[in-house]
Amino acid sequence: MAQTLQEAEQQIIEEFEIFDDWLDKYNYIIELGKELPLIDEQYKTEQYLISGCQSQVWLHADYRDGLIYFTADSDAIITKGIINLLIRVLSGRTPQEILDCNLEYIDQIGLKEHLSPTRSNGLVSMIKQIKIYALAFSQKS
Amino acid sequence: MRSLMTKMTKMNREDFKILDQKIYGRQLVYLDNAATTQKPQVVIDTLKAYYETINSNIHRGVHYLSQRATDEFEAAREAVRRFINARHAYEIIFTRGATDSMNLVAASFGRTFLHEGDEIVVSEMEHHANIVPWQFLCEDRGCVLKVLPFNEKGELCIEQLDQLITPKTKMLAVTHVSNSLGTVNPVKEIVEIAHKKGVPVLLDGAQAVSHCKVDVQALDCDFYCFSGHKMYAPMGIGVMYGKEEWLNKMKPYQGGGEMIKQVTFAKTTYNDLPFKFEAGTPSVGDAMGLKAAIEYMETIGMENIAAYEKELLDYAEERLSSIEGLRIYGQAARKAAIVSFNIDKIHPSDIGAIIDKLGVAVRTGHHCTQPIMDHFGIPGTVRASFAIYNDKKEIDDLYEAVYRAKNMLL
Repeated sequence: MAQTLQEAEQQIIEEFEIFDDWLDKYNYIIELGKELPLIDEQYKTEQYLISGCQSQVWLHADYRDGLIYFTADSDAIITKGIINLLIRVLSGRTPQEILDCNLEYIDQIGLKEHLSPTRSNGLVSMIKQIKIYALAFSQKS
Repeated sequence: MRSLMTKMTKMNREDFKILDQKIYGRQLVYLDNAATTQKPQVVIDTLKAYYETINSNIHRGVHYLSQRATDEFEAAREAVRRFINARHAYEIIFTRGATDSMNLVAASFGRTFLHEGDEIVVSEMEHHANIVPWQFLCEDRGCVLKVLPFNEKGELCIEQLDQLITPKTKMLAVTHVSNSLGTVNPVKEIVEIAHKKGVPVLLDGAQAVSHCKVDVQALDCDFYCFSGHKMYAPMGIGVMYGKEEWLNKMKPYQGGGEMIKQVTFAKTTYNDLPFKFEAGTPSVGDAMGLKAAIEYMETIGMENIAAYEKELLDYAEERLSSIEGLRIYGQAARKAAIVSFNIDKIHPSDIGAIIDKLGVAVRTGHHCTQPIMDHFGIPGTVRASFAIYNDKKEIDDLYEAVYRAKNMLL
């Protein structure tokens, strides 16, 4: 049985509880950023690009059997690590679940600053795009 | 010499209380001075005193406070005139900053002199603030923007300038010091080449004025633009210097109070210089703060500042270069205290995010100079930029932080 969205959030919060300083936390995010091929190379094109001022993000969405599957990538590894955390929670969910999700877990694990518009790392636009996909697919279903 | 510098650093450091703080439990190392410098206590005190004692609207006022504020505002204008050695105080126009100044020149000069097919030459290393205002003219008036390139070391290819300037060229707009590469451009030579062909020159001095002595008469430039906040003064005040002959001919940019002589619905006549270009209530307290900052720098001496910062720059480049895979962008023979770099296979924003947590404040990204990044085919750089209150210990901290970030990221 796959994890629910809330379970996925909770698991990430627990994973981060063991880190008592930012250094370990960043090392973990960097590892997350390094380990996963997050997107098929064919989607790393202009069409799927979300331009941040600092770093770039590519996002692809696939809608199958009422669930949206996201893959994404970034040229900056910390951004990519955070994308990993977002995708673990948001991919494979129904459009409504995605629209309802407030991403508070990112705040709880102390990474809220990375989702601030002033960071211009593409993540804010990526989340906005994820919500737009969810909205669009919710009209379809 | 060294002891003099040590003494100077110590004295300055105490004037900048903001630097004496811990962030994330570590001593702050502020190396984002090309973005904005910190303000010495005397500047903060000046601002406070203005609002506590003489705040009032200037010029037209007949009352005591208004007269005091007007006198201080005009004294600030005179301080700027002396600082850049302009011929007349009325050639100094107060603006909000360098960006505002360049928009003023482009708009006013443009609506007075530029027509379809006229050409404007800028360099490849300009800040967006010295590109986009000219592009407005290209859009609105059908002018053509031409670009003077730079070489791999980050030096302008001025041998191409002669060819780039045609009979249609109406303006050459170049930066004095590159905010991304640190290059100090040979602006005197550039002005000479342009003037031989009858083309006026605007210099963007935003990154120059805090680092070296600027003499607009010696440079013979037609316009010189800079911000206060990058030279220890408050945010919200800047300067546009223009030669009297141009300013007199140019139509105003913004309309409003102070800039007029007489207004009727049929016709309005404009005020004399400098007021013609200063519509609306100016930032009086900030202008006074700018004067205090100028006096602060003059007390230290622009030559001492330049020599000290050169020492910091050389030390920073030497230390950073020892990190394997680190490349410095901008290797010009003459540089201001700015080091832009990347490490092989690492995104600059990742380095910035990590060294921030180590207490080191730098800037990452394209620094509003995307054409420079395109030139090198990179998304951005990490930029450390130095000021009079920085010291070698802080450069060691930068080195340690970058070294650590590299090990984490690779």
